[in-house]
Amino acid sequence: MANKPISEMGLPKSIANVFAARNIITAKDALSLSEFELMELLDVGFEEVMLAVAHISEITCPPYHTAMSLLEQRNQNEYLAGHLPTRLKGLDAALCGGIPFGVVTELVGPAGIGKTQFCLKLALLASLPTSYGGLGGRVIYVDVESKFSSRRMIEMGFSSFPEIFHTEGLAQEMAGRVLVLRPASLSEFTESLQQIRVSLLQHHVKLLIIDSMAALTSGEYGQGPPRHHPLGWHISFIKSLAECCRIPVVVTNQVRSQGRDEASRYIFQVQSRTDTMEDPSKFDSHLVAALGIHWAHAVSIRLVLESRSGQRLIKIAKSSISPSVGFFFNITSSGISLLSDEGVEMMGPEANTVHCQGLI
Amino acid sequence: MEVSSLPISASHRGKLISAGYSSLSSLSSVSPSKLAQDLKISENEVLEILKVVSARKWVDKIENRSHAIMNGAQTAWDILHEEESSICITTSCSDLDEILGGGIRCKEVTEIGGVPGIGKTQLGIQLAVNVQIPADYGGLGGKAIYIDTEGSFMVERASQIAEACAEDMLEYNSLLRKDSQACRVDKPPKAFMDNIFYFRICTYTEQIAVVNYLEKFINEHKDIKIVIIDSITFHFRQEFEDMALRTRLLSGMALKLMKLAKKFNLAVVLLNQVTTKYNEGSFQLTLALGDSWAHASTNRIILYWNGNERYAYIDKSPSMRSASAPYAVTSRGIRNSASNCKRVKLM
Repeated sequence: MANKPISEMGLPKSIANVFAARNIITAKDALSLSEFELMELLDVGFEEVMLAVAHISEITCPPYHTAMSLLEQRNQNEYLAGHLPTRLKGLDAALCGGIPFGVVTELVGPAGIGKTQFCLKLALLASLPTSYGGLGGRVIYVDVESKFSSRRMIEMGFSSFPEIFHTEGLAQEMAGRVLVLRPASLSEFTESLQQIRVSLLQHHVKLLIIDSMAALTSGEYGQGPPRHHPLGWHISFIKSLAECCRIPVVVTNQVRSQGRDEASRYIFQVQSRTDTMEDPSKFDSHLVAALGIHWAHAVSIRLVLESRSGQRLIKIAKSSISPSVGFFFNITSSGISLLSDEGVEMMGPEANTVHCQGLI
Repeated sequence: MEVSSLPISASHRGKLISAGYSSLSSLSSVSPSKLAQDLKISENEVLEILKVVSARKWVDKIENRSHAIMNGAQTAWDILHEEESSICITTSCSDLDEILGGGIRCKEVTEIGGVPGIGKTQLGIQLAVNVQIPADYGGLGGKAIYIDTEGSFMVERASQIAEACAEDMLEYNSLLRKDSQACRVDKPPKAFMDNIFYFRICTYTEQIAVVNYLEKFINEHKDIKIVIIDSITFHFRQEFEDMALRTRLLSGMALKLMKLAKKFNLAVVLLNQVTTKYNEGSFQLTLALGDSWAHASTNRIILYWNGNERYAYIDKSPSMRSASAPYAVTSRGIRNSASNCKRVKLM
């Protein structure tokens, strides 16, 4: 909408010509200037400029919906009102149905905790035909670290849905629906994203998995917090893909240790005496999600996987619809299974911190 | 030189001044045809210029009526009277309402910022529902505009919060109006959802366009009492190499929003993200978009974690002092924090 040319907006001929003569072609060009600047540039009166800007703004502005109409649309048109069930009862209940469509869900955790296993299971679930409870569509799996194992995925399939998978040819059909991309660098990834957008709608892709996002930037930027996030464009692009195609997008993220200079307080928060004594050991065991705070704002659901004294735990750290709960889980032949469907309540900001004790 | 401040095109202004017409009074006594001759432009254009001149004179006359001493001024007493009779939008958490002086005020721009997951969108949705509380229950009975730049608005959550609000209203009704047999107008959750106008914005151009379009939209849909932008930061954080352009666009947007708030007597709530800033030897958290943006809003509230509890801190307000209050995000929306044993104030 922002790149719609002004000539097609139905402005009166005279003013449209003036815009074109001054090389203001798209709405973006026009709206990036204030009304006074436009007045000087186009040499027309204030009234006319105001009317033209109001008209351009009205055309550029996307249409509104009432919240009610959005709800009705979701309930009528989408599978389970827009959720992909993970088949983990407790988690699905907390997420009000499953991984939601149209937003980015993030899995964060230390190495070896089970993020890729979770992604493989989701890819399997999405490729199942709708009659068996899946999304019946293709899955695009962007495998940055070469961790995708189709053998493991099919093993999960045989284990979780034995009746279905023993049917002739079904395993092949479903594995045929999962497309694996292996970009070797950030620029290749950028290119494949553009391609993905084109094929999303044409080829009934129902799930996009990126495993992992953090691996794309490791080693690509230098010291200190960069001014512009290297994945800034990708973040908004992926979000817009999720939204306009109304599919779930699952992204995995790594963890890193919390740096000494990590900001965690506001200027008005008084630092207590104990905090001023820096405890070096605290920093090393204190892990945080990689990719920074900008990324943390951009995802809609954040699931943190961690281990506490040898027990694996999956926590809902950020979600606008679910409370902060965690579930202990194990990795089994059929993927991930929860030890109990009753969640453990996570208090406060604890949900966001990642522990890694006693896993190996 | 009054003519130089007229909102007409630069070349016309230049021609007027070089032809010797520098004040408005000099234009009142000249005929259009003579003016056309002097300026060497068509009569139509002269008529346009004269229209602008007379509009300017009329505006001056109107402002003269407002106060004998100063054009366009209002006495402090009048403003106080206005403020005291205006209704605030409750946040459903009485502690938070208290430090805000009653709630979110109309005619003001309030900025709310915090780390991800602290509850900004929750508060935004709660306000979009609470603005609709009818006047009988102490609310504004208005409608809401929710401008979503990040895709964080979840319809199911809005539906949950609307239902909880409707239930609370029924409970209030039965508790305090037991004697009155008159049937109060009950608001079903569906009615709440119908009155939230949702815009999904994907670029900063669309964000500027929607702020421009709001004036016309609000004129067409009466009773809009709150505009929530969630979040104001998202599109201004990535695409900009030209920081000067960003500052210009942001301040232009801030001015328009302030004008909207005052003109239509509604509340504008802007949700902001956080970033880190190097200050006195260490990195600290602060709201995004820089120092010049910090001046744009009337009130600033920062949501933060204090131990295991969520707190809100008034960072900037012309009338309320800096204070913190705890709040909680529950399945019914924003409510008082459970650890505080105060009685929950029913509206």
